Amino acid sequence: MDKNILIVGVGGQGTLLASVLLGNLALAKGYDVKLSEVHGMSQRGGDVVTHVKISDGKVKSPLIEKGEADMIIGFEKLEAYRWLPQLKKGGAMFVNTQEIFPMPVVMGQVEYPEDIDKMLADTAGSVKEFNAMKIASECGSTKAVNVVLLGAASEALPFEQEEWMKVIEENVKPKFVELNKNAFMMGQQA
Amino acid sequence: MTKRIMLGNEAFARGAYEAGVKVVSSYPGTPSTEVTESAAKYDEIYVEWAPNEKVGVEVAMGASIGGVRSLSCMKHVGLNVASDPFFTAAYTGVTGGMVVLVADDNGCHSSQNEQDSRYHGRGAGVPVLEPADSQECKDYMKLAYDISEQYDTVVLMRSSTRISHSRGIVELGERVEREKIPYVKNMQKYVAMPAMARKLHIAQEKRLNEIEEEAAEFLVGEGALEQPLNRVELNDRKIGIVTSGICYQYVKEALPDASVLKLGMVNPLPKKMIADFAQEVEKLYVIEEGNPFLEEQIRAMGVPVYGGKDMFTIQGEYSARMIRSGFGLETEASALEEATGNAEIGDAPGRPPLLCAGCPHKGLFYVLSKLKTTVLGDIGCYTLAALPPTSAMDTTLCMGGSITMAHGFEKAMETSENTVAVLGDSTFIHSGITGLVNMYYNQSHGTVIILDNRITGMTGHQDNPASGRNAKGEPAPAIDIATLAKAIGIQHVVEIDPFDVKELERVIKEETAREALSVIITKRPCAMIVKQTNIPRNITDRCRLCKQCMKIGCPAIEEEAGHPIIVADRCVGCGLCQRVCPFDAIDSADTQESEGQ
Ligand SMILES: Cc1ncc(C[n+]2csc(CCOP(=O)(O)OP(=O)(O)O)c2C)c(N)n1
Repeated sequence: MDKNILIVGVGGQGTLLASVLLGNLALAKGYDVKLSEVHGMSQRGGDVVTHVKISDGKVKSPLIEKGEADMIIGFEKLEAYRWLPQLKKGGAMFVNTQEIFPMPVVMGQVEYPEDIDKMLADTAGSVKEFNAMKIASECGSTKAVNVVLLGAASEALPFEQEEWMKVIEENVKPKFVELNKNAFMMGQQA
Repeated sequence: MTKRIMLGNEAFARGAYEAGVKVVSSYPGTPSTEVTESAAKYDEIYVEWAPNEKVGVEVAMGASIGGVRSLSCMKHVGLNVASDPFFTAAYTGVTGGMVVLVADDNGCHSSQNEQDSRYHGRGAGVPVLEPADSQECKDYMKLAYDISEQYDTVVLMRSSTRISHSRGIVELGERVEREKIPYVKNMQKYVAMPAMARKLHIAQEKRLNEIEEEAAEFLVGEGALEQPLNRVELNDRKIGIVTSGICYQYVKEALPDASVLKLGMVNPLPKKMIADFAQEVEKLYVIEEGNPFLEEQIRAMGVPVYGGKDMFTIQGEYSARMIRSGFGLETEASALEEATGNAEIGDAPGRPPLLCAGCPHKGLFYVLSKLKTTVLGDIGCYTLAALPPTSAMDTTLCMGGSITMAHGFEKAMETSENTVAVLGDSTFIHSGITGLVNMYYNQSHGTVIILDNRITGMTGHQDNPASGRNAKGEPAPAIDIATLAKAIGIQHVVEIDPFDVKELERVIKEETAREALSVIITKRPCAMIVKQTNIPRNITDRCRLCKQCMKIGCPAIEEEAGHPIIVADRCVGCGLCQRVCPFDAIDSADTQESEGQ
């Protein structure tokens, strides 16, 4: 079993927590796992990507390259689109419909691409696009958008419900555990 | 046995902890910062943020002479700053084990260059270790301290972005406390004046030769994980690859059947082992990111190298895919290629990073952009102001370079009119102070603006000598930048809130026109370290579409059908847009609500 999961978004959206949860799930299940992250300058509102590679064998390179992702979890639409080349044939996409305009778009130099939905649908094996921000805010915090998205993606990941609940308990501040569990389950129903 | 998922940098810190390290002194810099931050979490280790890397290495050296194991961490360009003590510490050797950790940034993810620090290790004449995953980060650290003490040498631990910022599974061990080595005065060893230095140089060459000879016996890792530091993995003999660090992982993924010589130590090179390996394989390749550091040395040994930098670039990061294609191997078509026949996406707009909503720097750069001031800039979050819409920076070279370059620029231009040097508080303390002293002494009329946001922002909010806290988060004395400037003798020192844009504009005009040296300190804490009001602002129908608010480059302000709008969940309520709006058209969202009721 090899699972390559690419988590993409905009600096500050909380992509790192999502990958840490996945990493710890994999560790608990006895899989090998490597994550590769972006720190530093891009975290200031630039595009960020985390590579998560899980295997029942050995993970070597920490990078997911073109055509190697089984799954892309997009925290923002344009970012999901940007990383589409990494998707494997038949790969799955879980995408938050939120649009955050980058500065060149705000300044009117370029357009935010209009046909993203169609491109995703035509390319991926399956696409689930939904407003994860709205669900997160209904659960009590827009910050929980990462866990909502993980909830949605969990159908295509090799982990049981109790394992998800446990990893949330172990990695989220006690005060926010219930909120995050709830957000995860709402994501599963989305 | 406990296993954890650890960032390479956390694993380095864990290795230092298990090795019994007592003193860590570092200056932050991506991708090295988390080593020191993680070390600070261990109560057994004294950890400090130094004002710059030179100070960090010297503190570590002092601790080593004092008899304990010590560490100093930095990014690649930091080692340039620390090279002075580093090159001579390579002569004197150590008492307690000492490691200098340097993290290169192939691909310039967060840096001004992608220099290859292996050359610093070779130039200085110290052993250089290079781990290939998080487990090795921890294990190599422990070995480094043993080598350091056994051979009486500083050891350079070389990392890179992909090693430092990848997470992997690490088996934890126990910390072994070390007896402090009693201090014995030894001027022959530690006073590096010419007569001694000549002898020390001989000793240094001798120990490096010993290390090379004995390297075959170096083992790294514990129990089942124990392996030779430099190791040969013989497979198919047609292709033999010499590699190290992250490239080892790419090679193993791209060419699982090839024979590999994995170097854990890249200086000194195990010449005999390399020559023997070359004999075993049909064609020898060298695969290394950055410059042809290994390749040139291997060629100089008279060993034929079939492929190296003629196949792979000196630029950026490598990948398994790149190696596969270098060897002419097919890769499977991606979903996108299947669907469109094209592997790339051409029209995704770039997303350059930008200053946060509420960032105090925005006020200053809005004004500098408006005044069309020439800005000799520096390195920090504020470097982002070089990008549109502010586009308010003319140069960025290295930390501290703003002040000194502004001085040289003034001497060339024979005026300092409408020109400023701009740098952050941490950068000023790192290497701006000497430049300011130079300006005062050599009678500059320039204007220096110090952005005092009470933190080292760019690298992820580390404390510094002006922030009032230390590396462990405890209260610490804070130096006062204005008092320091005045103590130098500078007469015109102004402190101002950068969000008071009208007054700031007046002050900048006045000080840049003045025929005297002045220092302006903009004081407002980083938006990420203080609680924001979080009352979002709202653009009302009083808006006359002048779009001044869009010139501050706020991530919360977008345009919808020609009208600027504020995206409520991104607005932190800093109110800067209200201050720049000439028509008083922006309200707090809550005032509007109450007005509506
Ligand atoms: C020699 C060197 N050391 C470290 C760094 C990494 N680095 C870049 S900017 C910066 C500090 C920025 O802090 P400050 O000047 O306070 O500005 P801020 O980011 O808070 O605006 C550091 C440590 C570097 N580029 N060069």
